[in-house]
Amino acid sequence: MIDYFVHISILFSIYAILSLSLNLVVGYAGLVSVAQAAFYGIGAYTTAILTATLGFNFFISVIVGILVAAILGFLAGLVFSKFRGDYYVLATLAFNVIIHSIFINWYDLTHGPLGIPGVLKPNLFGLSFSPNLLFFILSLLFLVAVYGVSRFIAQSSFGRALKAIREDESALKVFGYKTSVFKLSVFVASASLAAVAGSLFASYLTFVDPSTFLLTESIFILSIIILGGLGNLKGSLLGAFILVLLPELLRFVGLPDGIAAQIRQALYGLILIVLMLYRPQGLMGEYKL
Amino acid sequence: MIILETKNLRKHFDGVYAVDDLSIRIEKGEITSIIGPNGSGKTTLINALSGMLDIDGGLVVIEESEKLSKIKPHRVASFGLTRTFQNIRLFEQMTALDNILVVVTDRRVFKAVFETHQILHLKKAEEVLTRVGLWEKRDQLAVNLSYGQRKLLEIARALAMDAKIYLLDEPFAGLSPEMVKVISGIIRELKTQSKTVVLIEHDMGLIRELSDYVFVMDSGKLLAEGQPEEVLQKREVIEAYLGD
Repeated sequence: MIDYFVHISILFSIYAILSLSLNLVVGYAGLVSVAQAAFYGIGAYTTAILTATLGFNFFISVIVGILVAAILGFLAGLVFSKFRGDYYVLATLAFNVIIHSIFINWYDLTHGPLGIPGVLKPNLFGLSFSPNLLFFILSLLFLVAVYGVSRFIAQSSFGRALKAIREDESALKVFGYKTSVFKLSVFVASASLAAVAGSLFASYLTFVDPSTFLLTESIFILSIIILGGLGNLKGSLLGAFILVLLPELLRFVGLPDGIAAQIRQALYGLILIVLMLYRPQGLMGEYKL
Repeated sequence: MIILETKNLRKHFDGVYAVDDLSIRIEKGEITSIIGPNGSGKTTLINALSGMLDIDGGLVVIEESEKLSKIKPHRVASFGLTRTFQNIRLFEQMTALDNILVVVTDRRVFKAVFETHQILHLKKAEEVLTRVGLWEKRDQLAVNLSYGQRKLLEIARALAMDAKIYLLDEPFAGLSPEMVKVISGIIRELKTQSKTVVLIEHDMGLIRELSDYVFVMDSGKLLAEGQPEEVLQKREVIEAYLGD
Protein backbone atom coordinates (compact mmCIF):
# COMPACT_ATOMS: atom_id res chain seq x y z
CA MET A 1 0.00 0.00 0.00
CA ILE A 2 2.84 2.38 0.87
CA ASP A 3 4.40 1.66 -2.53
CA TYR A 4 1.14 2.67 -4.14
CA PHE A 5 1.03 6.00 -2.26
CA VAL A 6 4.66 6.66 -3.12
CA HIS A 7 3.88 5.96 -6.77
CA ILE A 8 0.96 8.41 -6.71
CA SER A 9 3.10 10.99 -4.93
CA ILE A 10 5.80 10.75 -7.59
CA LEU A 11 3.20 11.23 -10.32
CA PHE A 12 1.81 14.19 -8.37
CA SER A 13 5.28 15.78 -8.17
CA ILE A 14 5.82 15.37 -11.90
CA TYR A 15 2.44 16.83 -12.85
CA ALA A 16 2.80 19.60 -10.29
CA ILE A 17 6.08 20.64 -11.93
CA LEU A 18 4.42 20.59 -15.34
CA SER A 19 1.49 22.64 -14.05
CA LEU A 20 3.66 25.22 -12.32
CA SER A 21 5.68 25.68 -15.47
CA LEU A 22 2.60 26.05 -17.67
CA ASN A 23 0.92 28.42 -15.24
CA LEU A 24 3.71 30.94 -15.80
CA VAL A 25 2.78 31.14 -19.47
CA VAL A 26 -1.00 30.74 -19.29
CA GLY A 27 -1.91 32.10 -15.86
CA TYR A 28 0.56 34.97 -15.64
CA ALA A 29 1.24 36.00 -19.23
CA GLY A 30 -2.23 34.99 -20.46
CA LEU A 31 -0.83 33.00 -23.39
CA VAL A 32 -2.78 29.79 -23.82
CA SER A 33 -0.18 27.20 -24.75
CA VAL A 34 -0.85 23.56 -25.55
CA ALA A 35 2.80 22.72 -26.17
CA GLN A 36 3.77 21.67 -22.65
CA ALA A 37 3.81 17.96 -23.43
CA ALA A 38 6.36 18.67 -26.17
CA PHE A 39 8.84 20.14 -23.67
CA TYR A 40 7.96 17.40 -21.19
CA GLY A 41 8.89 14.94 -23.93
CA ILE A 42 12.06 16.80 -24.84
CA GLY A 43 13.23 16.50 -21.22
CA ALA A 44 12.23 12.84 -21.08
CA TYR A 45 13.94 11.92 -24.35
CA THR A 46 17.09 13.87 -23.46
CA THR A 47 17.39 11.92 -20.23
CA ALA A 48 16.56 8.64 -21.98
CA ILE A 49 19.11 9.16 -24.75
CA LEU A 50 21.84 10.46 -22.47
CA THR A 51 21.48 7.85 -19.74
CA ALA A 52 20.28 4.72 -21.57
CA THR A 53 22.17 5.18 -24.83
CA LEU A 54 25.23 7.17 -23.78
CA GLY A 55 25.53 6.21 -20.11
CA PHE A 56 25.51 9.73 -18.65
CA ASN A 57 24.47 10.44 -15.08
CA PHE A 58 20.81 11.37 -14.58
CA PHE A 59 21.62 14.77 -13.08
CA ILE A 60 23.74 15.74 -16.06
CA SER A 61 20.87 14.67 -18.31
CA VAL A 62 18.52 16.96 -16.37
CA ILE A 63 20.78 19.94 -17.00
CA VAL A 64 21.17 19.05 -20.68
CA GLY A 65 17.38 18.51 -20.92
CA ILE A 66 16.80 21.99 -19.50
CA LEU A 67 19.23 23.45 -22.04
CA VAL A 68 17.75 21.58 -25.00
CA ALA A 69 14.22 22.59 -23.99
CA ALA A 70 15.38 26.19 -23.49
CA ILE A 71 16.96 26.31 -26.97
CA LEU A 72 13.95 24.74 -28.67
CA GLY A 73 11.63 26.88 -26.53
CA PHE A 74 13.57 29.95 -27.62
CA LEU A 75 13.32 29.06 -31.31
CA ALA A 76 9.62 28.17 -31.08
CA GLY A 77 8.93 31.15 -28.80
CA LEU A 78 10.51 33.52 -31.34
CA VAL A 79 7.71 32.57 -33.69
CA PHE A 80 4.99 32.28 -31.03
CA SER A 81 5.67 35.70 -29.53
CA LYS A 82 4.34 37.25 -32.74
CA PHE A 83 0.93 35.69 -32.12
CA ARG A 84 -1.78 36.27 -29.59
CA GLY A 85 -5.16 34.80 -28.71
CA ASP A 86 -6.45 31.91 -30.81
CA TYR A 87 -3.47 32.03 -33.15
CA TYR A 88 -1.12 31.50 -30.23
CA VAL A 89 -3.05 28.37 -29.25
CA LEU A 90 -2.93 27.06 -32.82
CA ALA A 91 0.80 27.72 -33.14
CA THR A 92 1.58 25.86 -29.90
CA LEU A 93 -0.74 23.04 -30.93
CA ALA A 94 1.17 22.69 -34.21
CA PHE A 95 4.46 22.66 -32.29
CA ASN A 96 3.28 19.82 -30.05
CA VAL A 97 2.24 17.82 -33.12
CA ILE A 98 5.59 18.45 -34.82
CA ILE A 99 7.65 17.41 -31.79
CA HIS A 100 5.52 14.31 -31.31
CA SER A 101 6.07 13.40 -34.97
CA ILE A 102 9.80 13.77 -34.44
CA PHE A 103 9.64 11.39 -31.45
CA ILE A 104 7.87 8.83 -33.67
CA ASN A 105 9.82 9.28 -36.87
CA TRP A 106 13.43 10.07 -35.95
CA TYR A 107 14.01 6.39 -35.45
CA ASP A 108 17.81 6.46 -35.09
CA LEU A 109 17.56 8.81 -32.16
CA THR A 110 14.29 7.88 -30.47
CA HIS A 111 13.64 4.28 -31.63
CA GLY A 112 10.28 5.51 -32.92
CA PRO A 113 7.15 3.95 -31.46
CA LEU A 114 9.26 1.28 -29.72
CA GLY A 115 10.64 3.88 -27.36
CA ILE A 116 13.83 3.78 -25.33
CA PRO A 117 14.12 1.27 -22.48
CA GLY A 118 16.78 1.11 -19.79
CA VAL A 119 16.71 4.74 -18.69
CA LEU A 120 18.95 5.03 -15.63
CA LYS A 121 17.73 5.88 -12.16
CA PRO A 122 19.34 8.90 -10.51
CA ASN A 123 22.62 8.32 -8.76
CA LEU A 124 24.47 10.94 -6.77
CA PHE A 125 27.93 10.18 -5.31
CA GLY A 126 27.06 6.50 -5.00
CA LEU A 127 23.61 7.12 -3.55
CA SER A 128 21.09 5.44 -5.84
CA PHE A 129 17.55 6.75 -5.99
CA SER A 130 16.25 3.41 -7.27
CA PRO A 131 13.96 2.73 -4.30
CA ASN A 132 10.70 4.53 -4.99
CA LEU A 133 10.70 6.25 -1.63
CA LEU A 134 14.06 7.86 -2.35
CA PHE A 135 12.91 8.72 -5.86
CA PHE A 136 9.85 10.38 -4.35
CA ILE A 137 12.03 12.47 -2.03
CA LEU A 138 14.14 13.51 -5.02
CA SER A 139 11.09 14.41 -7.11
CA LEU A 140 9.70 16.37 -4.16
CA LEU A 141 12.98 18.29 -3.93
CA PHE A 142 12.73 19.09 -7.63
CA LEU A 143 9.14 20.20 -7.10
CA VAL A 144 10.17 22.49 -4.24
CA ALA A 145 12.92 23.96 -6.41
CA VAL A 146 10.58 24.51 -9.35
CA TYR A 147 7.99 26.05 -7.03
CA GLY A 148 10.67 28.37 -5.64
CA VAL A 149 11.80 29.45 -9.10
CA SER A 150 8.22 29.94 -10.28
CA ARG A 151 7.34 31.96 -7.17
CA PHE A 152 10.43 34.11 -7.57
CA ILE A 153 9.50 34.82 -11.19
CA ALA A 154 5.83 35.44 -10.38
CA GLN A 155 6.57 37.87 -7.54
CA SER A 156 9.25 39.83 -9.37
CA SER A 157 8.72 42.91 -11.48
CA PHE A 158 9.01 40.52 -14.41
CA GLY A 159 5.99 38.60 -13.12
CA ARG A 160 4.07 41.85 -12.71
CA ALA A 161 4.86 42.76 -16.30
CA LEU A 162 3.62 39.34 -17.42
CA LYS A 163 0.31 40.00 -15.71
CA ALA A 164 0.08 43.37 -17.41
CA ILE A 165 0.69 41.65 -20.77
CA ARG A 166 -2.17 39.33 -19.91
CA GLU A 167 -4.41 42.28 -19.06
CA ASP A 168 -3.64 44.65 -21.95
CA GLU A 169 -0.55 44.01 -24.00
CA SER A 170 -0.91 46.91 -26.42
CA ALA A 171 -1.44 49.40 -23.59
CA LEU A 172 1.64 48.06 -21.80
CA LYS A 173 3.77 48.63 -24.91
CA VAL A 174 3.05 52.35 -24.75
CA PHE A 175 4.63 52.37 -21.30
CA GLY A 176 7.94 51.23 -22.71
CA TYR A 177 7.71 47.46 -22.71
CA LYS A 178 8.94 45.36 -25.59
CA THR A 179 6.41 42.72 -24.71
CA SER A 180 7.61 40.14 -27.23
CA VAL A 181 10.84 39.78 -25.24
CA PHE A 182 8.90 39.17 -22.04
CA LYS A 183 6.64 36.63 -23.75
CA LEU A 184 9.63 34.85 -25.22
CA SER A 185 11.50 34.82 -21.89
CA VAL A 186 8.64 33.30 -19.92
CA PHE A 187 8.07 30.72 -22.62
CA VAL A 188 11.72 29.66 -22.45
CA ALA A 189 11.58 29.51 -18.63
CA SER A 190 8.40 27.43 -18.78
CA ALA A 191 9.85 25.04 -21.38
CA SER A 192 12.99 24.54 -19.26
CA LEU A 193 11.00 23.74 -16.12
CA ALA A 194 8.74 21.32 -18.01
CA ALA A 195 11.84 19.45 -19.19
CA VAL A 196 12.72 18.73 -15.54
CA ALA A 197 9.42 16.88 -15.18
CA GLY A 198 10.24 14.92 -18.33
CA SER A 199 13.61 13.84 -16.99
CA LEU A 200 12.01 12.64 -13.76
CA PHE A 201 9.29 10.78 -15.66
CA ALA A 202 11.73 8.97 -17.95
CA SER A 203 13.95 7.96 -15.08
CA TYR A 204 11.05 6.86 -12.89
CA LEU A 205 9.57 4.57 -15.54
CA THR A 206 13.04 3.71 -16.94
CA PHE A 207 11.35 3.89 -20.33
CA VAL A 208 10.02 6.50 -22.72
CA ASP A 209 7.90 6.25 -25.83
CA PRO A 210 6.04 8.89 -27.85
CA SER A 211 2.57 7.96 -26.58
CA THR A 212 3.00 10.00 -23.38
CA PHE A 213 3.67 13.28 -25.16
CA LEU A 214 0.59 13.64 -27.27
CA LEU A 215 -1.48 16.80 -27.54
CA THR A 216 -3.97 15.26 -25.11
CA GLU A 217 -1.26 15.37 -22.44
CA SER A 218 -0.81 19.10 -23.02
CA ILE A 219 -4.56 19.54 -22.72
CA PHE A 220 -4.52 17.52 -19.51
CA ILE A 221 -1.83 19.80 -18.03
CA LEU A 222 -3.85 22.82 -19.15
CA SER A 223 -6.90 21.31 -17.43
CA ILE A 224 -4.92 21.00 -14.19
CA ILE A 225 -4.04 24.68 -14.09
CA ILE A 226 -7.52 25.78 -15.11
CA LEU A 227 -8.98 23.62 -12.36
CA GLY A 228 -6.47 24.77 -9.74
CA GLY A 229 -6.58 28.40 -10.77
CA LEU A 230 -4.80 30.51 -13.34
CA GLY A 231 -2.19 32.91 -12.03
CA ASN A 232 -1.97 31.12 -8.70
CA LEU A 233 0.91 28.72 -8.08
CA LYS A 234 -0.72 27.00 -5.13
CA GLY A 235 -3.67 26.41 -7.42
CA SER A 236 -1.37 24.44 -9.74
CA LEU A 237 -0.43 22.17 -6.84
CA LEU A 238 -4.07 21.72 -5.88
CA GLY A 239 -5.11 21.04 -9.47
CA ALA A 240 -2.36 18.45 -9.91
CA PHE A 241 -3.32 16.84 -6.61
CA ILE A 242 -6.97 16.54 -7.63
CA LEU A 243 -6.51 15.42 -11.21
CA VAL A 244 -3.75 12.92 -10.42
CA LEU A 245 -5.65 11.54 -7.46
CA LEU A 246 -9.07 11.48 -9.07
CA PRO A 247 -8.49 8.54 -11.45
CA GLU A 248 -6.94 6.62 -8.59
CA LEU A 249 -9.99 7.21 -6.41
CA LEU A 250 -12.19 6.07 -9.27
CA ARG A 251 -10.38 2.75 -9.23
CA PHE A 252 -12.05 2.04 -5.91
CA VAL A 253 -15.53 2.83 -7.20
CA GLY A 254 -15.62 -0.50 -9.00
CA LEU A 255 -16.17 0.69 -12.56
CA PRO A 256 -16.14 -2.15 -15.11
CA ASP A 257 -12.61 -2.48 -16.53
CA GLY A 258 -13.76 -2.15 -20.14
CA ILE A 259 -15.20 1.34 -19.71
CA ALA A 260 -13.24 2.70 -16.72
CA ALA A 261 -10.82 4.72 -18.82
CA GLN A 262 -13.59 6.28 -20.92
CA ILE A 263 -15.61 7.17 -17.84
CA ARG A 264 -12.57 8.84 -16.32
CA GLN A 265 -12.13 10.97 -19.45
CA ALA A 266 -15.82 11.86 -19.42
CA LEU A 267 -15.53 12.84 -15.76
CA TYR A 268 -12.58 15.16 -16.49
CA GLY A 269 -14.68 16.82 -19.14
CA LEU A 270 -17.64 17.12 -16.83
CA ILE A 271 -15.58 18.63 -14.03
CA LEU A 272 -14.16 21.23 -16.39
CA ILE A 273 -17.58 22.15 -17.77
CA VAL A 274 -19.04 22.53 -14.27
CA LEU A 275 -16.04 24.59 -13.26
CA MET A 276 -16.30 26.89 -16.29
CA LEU A 277 -19.96 27.44 -15.46
CA TYR A 278 -19.64 28.17 -11.77
CA ARG A 279 -16.04 29.17 -11.14
CA PRO A 280 -14.30 30.09 -14.38
CA GLN A 281 -11.20 31.38 -12.59
CA GLY A 282 -10.57 27.91 -11.13
CA LEU A 283 -10.48 26.86 -7.49
CA MET A 284 -7.79 29.30 -6.38
CA GLY A 285 -7.37 31.45 -9.47
CA GLU A 286 -7.46 35.17 -9.92
CA TYR A 287 -7.83 35.28 -13.68
CA LYS A 288 -10.44 33.98 -16.12
CA LEU A 289 -9.49 32.88 -19.62
CA MET B 1 10.61 75.50 -28.30
CA ILE B 2 8.43 73.13 -30.31
CA ILE B 3 8.40 69.80 -28.45
CA LEU B 4 5.96 67.90 -30.66
CA GLU B 5 5.11 68.47 -34.26
CA THR B 6 3.21 66.65 -36.98
CA LYS B 7 4.04 67.29 -40.61
CA ASN B 8 1.37 66.35 -43.14
CA LEU B 9 0.34 63.44 -40.95
CA ARG B 10 -2.09 60.98 -42.52
CA LYS B 11 -3.97 58.00 -41.19
CA HIS B 12 -6.76 56.31 -43.07
CA PHE B 13 -9.10 53.40 -42.46
CA ASP B 14 -10.30 51.67 -45.61
CA GLY B 15 -9.74 54.77 -47.68
CA VAL B 16 -11.43 57.15 -45.22
CA TYR B 17 -8.92 59.63 -43.80
CA ALA B 18 -9.26 59.94 -40.02
CA VAL B 19 -6.22 62.20 -39.93
CA ASP B 20 -5.74 64.06 -43.19
CA ASP B 21 -2.59 66.00 -43.97
CA LEU B 22 -2.42 67.37 -40.46
CA SER B 23 0.39 69.73 -39.50
CA ILE B 24 0.42 71.05 -35.95
CA ARG B 25 3.15 72.39 -33.67
CA ILE B 26 2.98 72.04 -29.90
CA GLU B 27 4.99 74.31 -27.64
CA LYS B 28 6.99 72.92 -24.76
CA GLY B 29 5.58 73.58 -21.28
CA GLU B 30 2.13 74.59 -22.53
CA ILE B 31 -1.30 73.06 -22.25
CA THR B 32 -2.50 72.52 -25.79
CA SER B 33 -6.03 71.34 -26.39
CA ILE B 34 -7.29 69.50 -29.41
CA ILE B 35 -10.99 69.86 -29.91
CA GLY B 36 -13.47 68.94 -32.59
CA PRO B 37 -16.76 67.14 -33.03
CA ASN B 38 -17.01 63.38 -32.55
CA GLY B 39 -15.26 61.52 -35.34
CA SER B 40 -13.02 64.44 -36.18
CA GLY B 41 -9.88 62.33 -35.69
CA LYS B 42 -8.64 63.53 -32.29
CA THR B 43 -8.25 60.08 -30.71
CA THR B 44 -6.82 58.67 -33.95
CA LEU B 45 -4.20 61.42 -33.77
CA ILE B 46 -3.32 60.50 -30.17
CA ASN B 47 -3.19 56.81 -31.10
CA ALA B 48 -0.88 57.60 -34.02
CA LEU B 49 1.37 59.80 -31.87
CA SER B 50 1.66 57.06 -29.25
CA GLY B 51 2.43 54.33 -31.78
CA MET B 52 -0.79 52.44 -31.24
CA LEU B 53 -1.74 53.02 -34.87
CA ASP B 54 0.64 52.95 -37.82
CA ILE B 55 1.04 56.23 -39.65
CA ASP B 56 0.16 56.16 -43.35
CA GLY B 57 2.04 59.28 -44.30
CA GLY B 58 3.81 62.35 -42.99
CA LEU B 59 6.11 62.77 -40.03
CA VAL B 60 6.04 63.15 -36.27
CA VAL B 61 8.87 65.27 -34.92
CA ILE B 62 9.74 65.13 -31.23
CA GLU B 63 11.91 67.83 -29.66
CA GLU B 64 12.92 68.97 -33.13
CA SER B 65 15.35 66.07 -33.44
CA GLU B 66 13.48 62.74 -33.62
CA LYS B 67 11.83 62.64 -37.04
CA LEU B 68 9.57 59.61 -37.19
CA SER B 69 7.60 58.19 -40.08
CA LYS B 70 6.93 55.02 -38.10
CA ILE B 71 6.49 54.95 -34.34
CA LYS B 72 7.01 51.72 -32.43
CA PRO B 73 4.77 51.80 -29.35
CA HIS B 74 7.42 50.48 -26.95
CA ARG B 75 9.76 53.34 -27.98
CA VAL B 76 7.23 56.07 -27.23
CA ALA B 77 8.15 56.17 -23.53
CA SER B 78 11.81 56.69 -24.38
CA PHE B 79 10.81 59.87 -26.27
CA GLY B 80 9.35 61.15 -23.00
CA LEU B 81 5.78 60.70 -24.13
CA THR B 82 2.95 59.07 -22.22
CA ARG B 83 -0.81 58.99 -22.46
CA THR B 84 -4.17 58.16 -20.99
CA PHE B 85 -7.02 56.56 -22.92
CA GLN B 86 -10.47 57.76 -23.91
CA ASN B 87 -11.88 54.37 -22.88
CA ILE B 88 -10.06 53.51 -19.69
CA ARG B 89 -7.38 50.87 -20.22
CA LEU B 90 -6.04 49.75 -16.89
CA PHE B 91 -4.52 46.40 -16.05
CA GLU B 92 -7.84 45.31 -14.64
CA GLN B 93 -6.98 42.17 -12.65
CA MET B 94 -4.05 43.89 -10.97
CA THR B 95 -4.12 46.06 -7.86
CA ALA B 96 -4.02 49.84 -8.09
CA LEU B 97 -0.48 49.67 -6.68
CA ASP B 98 0.67 47.14 -9.28
CA ASN B 99 -0.84 49.29 -12.04
CA ILE B 100 1.62 51.98 -11.00
CA LEU B 101 4.59 49.77 -10.12
CA VAL B 102 4.54 48.13 -13.53
CA VAL B 103 5.31 51.45 -15.21
CA VAL B 104 8.08 52.50 -12.81
CA THR B 105 10.09 49.26 -12.70
CA ASP B 106 12.79 48.19 -15.13
CA ARG B 107 11.78 47.22 -18.67
CA ARG B 108 14.76 44.92 -19.23
CA VAL B 109 13.94 41.27 -18.59
CA PHE B 110 16.94 40.38 -16.45
CA LYS B 111 16.67 43.54 -14.36
CA ALA B 112 12.95 42.96 -13.97
CA VAL B 113 13.56 39.46 -12.59
CA PHE B 114 16.25 40.59 -10.16
CA GLU B 115 14.72 43.92 -9.18
CA THR B 116 16.85 45.96 -6.79
CA HIS B 117 15.06 49.27 -6.35
CA GLN B 118 11.80 48.15 -4.77
CA ILE B 119 11.78 50.82 -2.04
CA LEU B 120 12.42 53.61 -4.53
CA HIS B 121 9.66 52.34 -6.80
CA LEU B 122 7.26 51.94 -3.93
CA LYS B 123 7.94 55.53 -2.89
CA LYS B 124 7.17 56.77 -6.38
CA ALA B 125 3.95 54.73 -6.47
CA GLU B 126 2.93 56.11 -3.06
CA GLU B 127 3.61 59.64 -4.24
CA VAL B 128 1.41 59.44 -7.35
CA LEU B 129 -1.36 57.41 -5.74
CA THR B 130 -1.48 59.87 -2.85
CA ARG B 131 -1.61 62.77 -5.34
CA VAL B 132 -4.82 61.37 -6.86
CA GLY B 133 -6.19 60.24 -3.48
CA LEU B 134 -5.97 56.51 -4.17
CA TRP B 135 -3.22 55.40 -1.78
CA GLU B 136 -5.81 53.92 0.57
CA LYS B 137 -7.18 51.88 -2.34
CA ARG B 138 -3.78 50.57 -3.40
CA ASP B 139 -4.59 46.91 -2.70
CA GLN B 140 -7.88 46.90 -4.58
CA LEU B 141 -8.05 45.42 -8.04
CA ALA B 142 -8.41 48.09 -10.70
CA VAL B 143 -11.56 46.42 -11.96
CA ASN B 144 -13.22 46.92 -8.56
CA LEU B 145 -12.62 50.69 -8.43
CA SER B 146 -15.37 53.16 -9.31
CA TYR B 147 -15.36 54.82 -12.74
CA GLY B 148 -13.94 58.04 -11.33
CA GLN B 149 -11.25 56.25 -9.35
CA ARG B 150 -10.28 54.32 -12.47
CA LYS B 151 -9.88 57.59 -14.37
CA LEU B 152 -7.72 58.90 -11.55
CA LEU B 153 -5.63 55.73 -11.55
CA GLU B 154 -4.95 56.20 -15.26
CA ILE B 155 -3.79 59.76 -14.54
CA ALA B 156 -1.61 58.46 -11.69
CA ARG B 157 -0.08 55.87 -14.02
CA ALA B 158 0.76 58.59 -16.53
CA LEU B 159 2.24 60.77 -13.75
CA ALA B 160 4.39 57.86 -12.60
CA MET B 161 6.06 57.85 -16.03
CA ASP B 162 7.70 61.25 -15.31
CA ALA B 163 7.21 62.08 -18.98
CA LYS B 164 7.88 65.28 -20.85
CA ILE B 165 4.69 65.12 -22.89
CA TYR B 166 1.31 63.97 -21.53
CA LEU B 167 -1.37 63.06 -24.05
CA LEU B 168 -4.62 63.09 -22.07
CA ASP B 169 -7.60 61.76 -24.00
CA GLU B 170 -10.80 63.09 -22.42
CA PRO B 171 -9.55 62.86 -18.82
CA PHE B 172 -12.63 64.65 -17.44
CA ALA B 173 -15.33 62.63 -19.20
CA GLY B 174 -18.00 61.40 -16.79
CA LEU B 175 -16.30 62.72 -13.63
CA SER B 176 -17.81 64.45 -10.61
CA PRO B 177 -16.95 68.15 -10.05
CA GLU B 178 -14.59 67.15 -7.20
CA MET B 179 -12.66 64.78 -9.41
CA VAL B 180 -12.58 67.34 -12.23
CA LYS B 181 -10.98 69.72 -9.74
CA VAL B 182 -8.32 67.14 -8.81
CA ILE B 183 -7.40 66.44 -12.42
CA SER B 184 -7.39 70.07 -13.54
CA GLY B 185 -5.15 70.77 -10.53
CA ILE B 186 -2.78 68.05 -11.69
CA ILE B 187 -2.73 69.43 -15.24
CA ARG B 188 -1.88 72.89 -13.92
CA GLU B 189 0.86 71.40 -11.75
CA LEU B 190 2.35 69.67 -14.78
CA LYS B 191 2.53 73.04 -16.49
CA THR B 192 4.35 74.59 -13.54
CA GLN B 193 6.87 71.75 -13.85
CA SER B 194 7.42 72.74 -17.52
CA LYS B 195 5.74 69.58 -18.73
CA THR B 196 3.75 69.64 -21.94
CA VAL B 197 0.12 68.58 -21.88
CA VAL B 198 -1.93 67.74 -24.94
CA LEU B 199 -5.54 67.62 -23.92
CA ILE B 200 -8.52 66.25 -25.79
CA GLU B 201 -11.68 67.58 -24.22
CA HIS B 202 -15.28 68.43 -25.07
CA ASP B 203 -16.03 70.74 -22.13
CA MET B 204 -15.46 74.23 -23.49
CA GLY B 205 -15.39 75.70 -19.99
CA LEU B 206 -12.41 73.55 -19.12
CA ILE B 207 -10.80 74.27 -22.48
CA ARG B 208 -11.00 78.02 -21.78
CA GLU B 209 -9.82 77.58 -18.23
CA LEU B 210 -6.82 75.35 -18.90
CA SER B 211 -5.58 75.78 -22.45
CA ASP B 212 -2.79 78.01 -23.67
CA TYR B 213 -3.46 77.09 -27.27
CA VAL B 214 -6.18 75.21 -29.13
CA PHE B 215 -6.28 73.19 -32.33
CA VAL B 216 -9.66 72.42 -33.84
CA MET B 217 -10.00 69.31 -35.99
CA ASP B 218 -12.83 68.39 -38.32
CA SER B 219 -12.92 65.33 -40.58
CA GLY B 220 -9.27 64.68 -39.86
CA LYS B 221 -8.16 68.15 -40.99
CA LEU B 222 -7.05 71.19 -39.09
CA LEU B 223 -9.97 73.59 -39.03
CA ALA B 224 -8.61 76.35 -36.84
CA GLU B 225 -5.94 77.14 -34.28
CA GLY B 226 -5.10 79.90 -31.83
CA GLN B 227 -5.81 81.21 -28.34
CA PRO B 228 -8.88 79.54 -26.77
CA GLU B 229 -11.14 82.64 -26.68
CA GLU B 230 -10.29 83.61 -30.22
CA VAL B 231 -10.72 80.07 -31.63
CA LEU B 232 -13.93 79.24 -29.84
CA GLN B 233 -15.65 82.28 -31.34
CA LYS B 234 -14.75 81.46 -34.93
CA ARG B 235 -17.79 80.83 -37.09
CA GLU B 236 -16.39 77.67 -38.72
CA VAL B 237 -15.65 76.18 -35.30
CA ILE B 238 -19.15 76.84 -34.01
CA GLU B 239 -20.58 75.41 -37.22
CA ALA B 240 -18.43 72.29 -36.97
CA TYR B 241 -19.79 71.66 -33.50
CA LEU B 242 -23.41 72.68 -34.07
CA GLY B 243 -23.76 71.83 -37.75
CA ASP B 244 -24.77 74.26 -40.50
